[in-house]
Amino acid sequence: MNENMKQRVVITGMGIICPLGHSIAEMWDGILNGKSGMAETTIFDASTYPTKFCSEVKNYQLSKYTKNPDVHNHGNRHSQFAIGAVNQACTQAKIQFDTENPTDGIDRRRMGIYLGAGEGPVDSDIFFNSIVQGWDGNGTIDWQKWHAYSQSKMQAKAELEQEPNMPAAHVAVFTGARGPVRSCLTACAASTQAVGEALRILQLGQADVMIAGGAHSMIHPLGIMGFNRLTALSTRNDSPTTASRPFTESRDGFVIGEGAAIVILETLESAKKRGVQILAEVIGYGSSSDAFRVTDMHEDARGAVAAIEAALKDANLTNKDIDYVSTHGTSTSENDSIETKAIKTVFKEEAKNTPVSSIKSMMGHLIGAAGAAELISCVLAIRDGILPPTANYNDPDPQLDLDYVPNKPRKADIKIAMKESFGFGGQNNVVIIKRYEPGTTN
Amino acid sequence: MTVCITGLGAITPLGLSYKDLWSGICSGKSGISRIATFDPSSFKCQIAGQVPAFSIRDYVPKSIRKTTKLMSRDIEIAIVAANEAFKDAGISTKAFDEQNITINPKRSAIIFGANSISCDLLEIAPSIAKGVVDGKFDIRKWGTDSIETVTPLWLLKYLPNMLACHIGIIHDLQGPSNTITCAESAGLLAIGEAYQIILRGDAELALAGGGESKVNPIVHMRQSLLKRANDDSNDKPEEACRPFDENANGCIFGEAAACVVMEDEQRAKGRGAKVYATVAGFGQSCSLNTNYQALEADGKAVRYAIESALENAKIKPEEIDLIVPHGTAVVSDDIAEAAGIRAALGNAGQTISVLPTKSMVSNTGAGAGAIDVVTACCCMNEGLIPAAKNCTAVNKNCKLNIVKEPIKKKINYALCTTYTYGGQTAALILKNENI
Repeated sequence: MNENMKQRVVITGMGIICPLGHSIAEMWDGILNGKSGMAETTIFDASTYPTKFCSEVKNYQLSKYTKNPDVHNHGNRHSQFAIGAVNQACTQAKIQFDTENPTDGIDRRRMGIYLGAGEGPVDSDIFFNSIVQGWDGNGTIDWQKWHAYSQSKMQAKAELEQEPNMPAAHVAVFTGARGPVRSCLTACAASTQAVGEALRILQLGQADVMIAGGAHSMIHPLGIMGFNRLTALSTRNDSPTTASRPFTESRDGFVIGEGAAIVILETLESAKKRGVQILAEVIGYGSSSDAFRVTDMHEDARGAVAAIEAALKDANLTNKDIDYVSTHGTSTSENDSIETKAIKTVFKEEAKNTPVSSIKSMMGHLIGAAGAAELISCVLAIRDGILPPTANYNDPDPQLDLDYVPNKPRKADIKIAMKESFGFGGQNNVVIIKRYEPGTTN
Repeated sequence: MTVCITGLGAITPLGLSYKDLWSGICSGKSGISRIATFDPSSFKCQIAGQVPAFSIRDYVPKSIRKTTKLMSRDIEIAIVAANEAFKDAGISTKAFDEQNITINPKRSAIIFGANSISCDLLEIAPSIAKGVVDGKFDIRKWGTDSIETVTPLWLLKYLPNMLACHIGIIHDLQGPSNTITCAESAGLLAIGEAYQIILRGDAELALAGGGESKVNPIVHMRQSLLKRANDDSNDKPEEACRPFDENANGCIFGEAAACVVMEDEQRAKGRGAKVYATVAGFGQSCSLNTNYQALEADGKAVRYAIESALENAKIKPEEIDLIVPHGTAVVSDDIAEAAGIRAALGNAGQTISVLPTKSMVSNTGAGAGAIDVVTACCCMNEGLIPAAKNCTAVNKNCKLNIVKEPIKKKINYALCTTYTYGGQTAALILKNENI
């Protein structure tokens, strides 16, 4: 982007509700100790599905995070997660919520929201049984019967919550944000895109603070059916905790997770003025499209390479400057080999010296929320000087020969980290963050 | 830097081209009729804005025809609108002539508004019917006996980003790609984001707009339950949608896609492109209403969006000659939107000509804001504001100057506003290139 427009942007708060826990500390502890969020699916009865396990958020209580649960408790599963993650992130960034008269010094018209968020899961019971009621067995649905059943079962409020803009609606009401509020859904790349676009909104001077990240749950009968039909999910039902094994030879698909992950992005000027702690600086963003096929990634990783290169250029960096790559690393055959190819194409001789890893091996794939959750792990990696590992890395794919930080966290001096996310349809988004150093410019 | 709109495309209930949209609006035509794709007789609202018949195979290059089976209705209409916009801009993409491509694919973006795509119930019903025990759906039986009868690529038909992805593949757009999912504000927000992407130099060209089909049983049921759908006009569809009228009584839902080609000025001028309008400013905000489906009564979120667009455009309210509002005909929202417009524009808010379009094209969700931008571009280009339809007496609480008779005049600035259930609002100001 044009240099003369850029404002420096920093991260001043983080929050997460994910299968590894309901706080940043729990998540990080889980990652550093090789915990797994995977187990038998309990949200619905998946016992006869090809994939019978997933990575669920357990024991979540909305009322711990808002004093107005009535305003949010009809929200869909991930809207409720979003409130928990925003609560934590805002608390850290000293942004008030649940109040009509905030005194935190932030003009609400200069505070916005950008979420990569999913549509609410349909109420399966009503969805399936309305069709059963209407189906005449001869290829048509009797819409009068369908209507009678649906009319008696569907609830107006619950129906509204299925719309994909509702997580952002709840976050707005919770925080009072009146600035730019947007929501996007570019499949598995959505929340990295949301963070990148929020960065741009701040750089262009259109807001001082952006609440950015993702919220998504596709753990429902139609979602799992859809991914199973695409053969995208691991079917290692006998060993859920080792099923997500990115970059190994025996990888057989991703393990679906759910959750919400939020970062507070803020102009450096605003953060200094408010005197809040700066966790990292966001210095680059690149977005591209494969424009190849809706079913497959481009075989030469054309789009992924373009997004990584665009982010490096945006950050004024070269391929020598990146200390850690948080990969998309889904554990599908295609993603892991194309992503490795992309990294080798961009990083060339530096590729093997650049540690890369996938925390999806432990957390699972949070779909729209994945990128933001993994970006948070980059901030923590920089803070603590620890590379998060790729768990379950026991049988390396001989074709994939990068340093995947196998199985155990590793100490390293990490100044600059890159987060990559790729989505169905050829969506590629990359964000680069840096350890904050006062006084310097990027 | 200046961002120009150089191509228009639309497929709406008024026809398969933006020219049909424009001539339909100029002649006060209605695209609303009785629902044909399912038996609506039990529904409170039995009418909708429906796109005339077309075959998607006529709109995609031969190499893509096999892929058409992965296209839901929303994807199909988006592709038709995108094709027209590029052709109208005089741009040759891979889809039209592989030997003569006049865009730089890596510097070309697509930003599209879309919503959850309602699945085709008839398509999935046979599989669900196999999962029944004692007359009730049984998920274990479904898992065992019928999941594998669902078409393998089923999910890909219903991911909202697939509108942008298919268009990107057909025209080879390899730059930034985003799908905005802010319901009825999505189309205008996508155009606003594309404007910012060009402004900041991340692309030199963008296709931006939105598309959605709301003509399906689930959406109609949902909107009826939310009491947003009109229920008094099944026998007179042309008069059913009456934005800002004293007898307004709810939305009519429909299907449409619309988009614009946007380019940086240097590129547009360099190739001698016709410029319909330039983007003068963009603003957005959000309602904070715990009744999530409605605007706040004072329309504050609409007001804030317009105020920031004015500030961004550095113009005064009096300089605006035309407002194309969201105008759904939900009475409380009409009143709130009008209040927001008046609060932002002061005295000018009661005198500037206002042209709502949903009386003719219906409420097409993610397509809506993009239709309004295309309409405003046509008005500006022709120096003509057509008369509004179905607003014989303006609701006394709205106090807007709804256009009664067509007005011929030069339009220097036009304002498009939008809002949605869920709260996101936006305002875009277009500028006449020849001021």
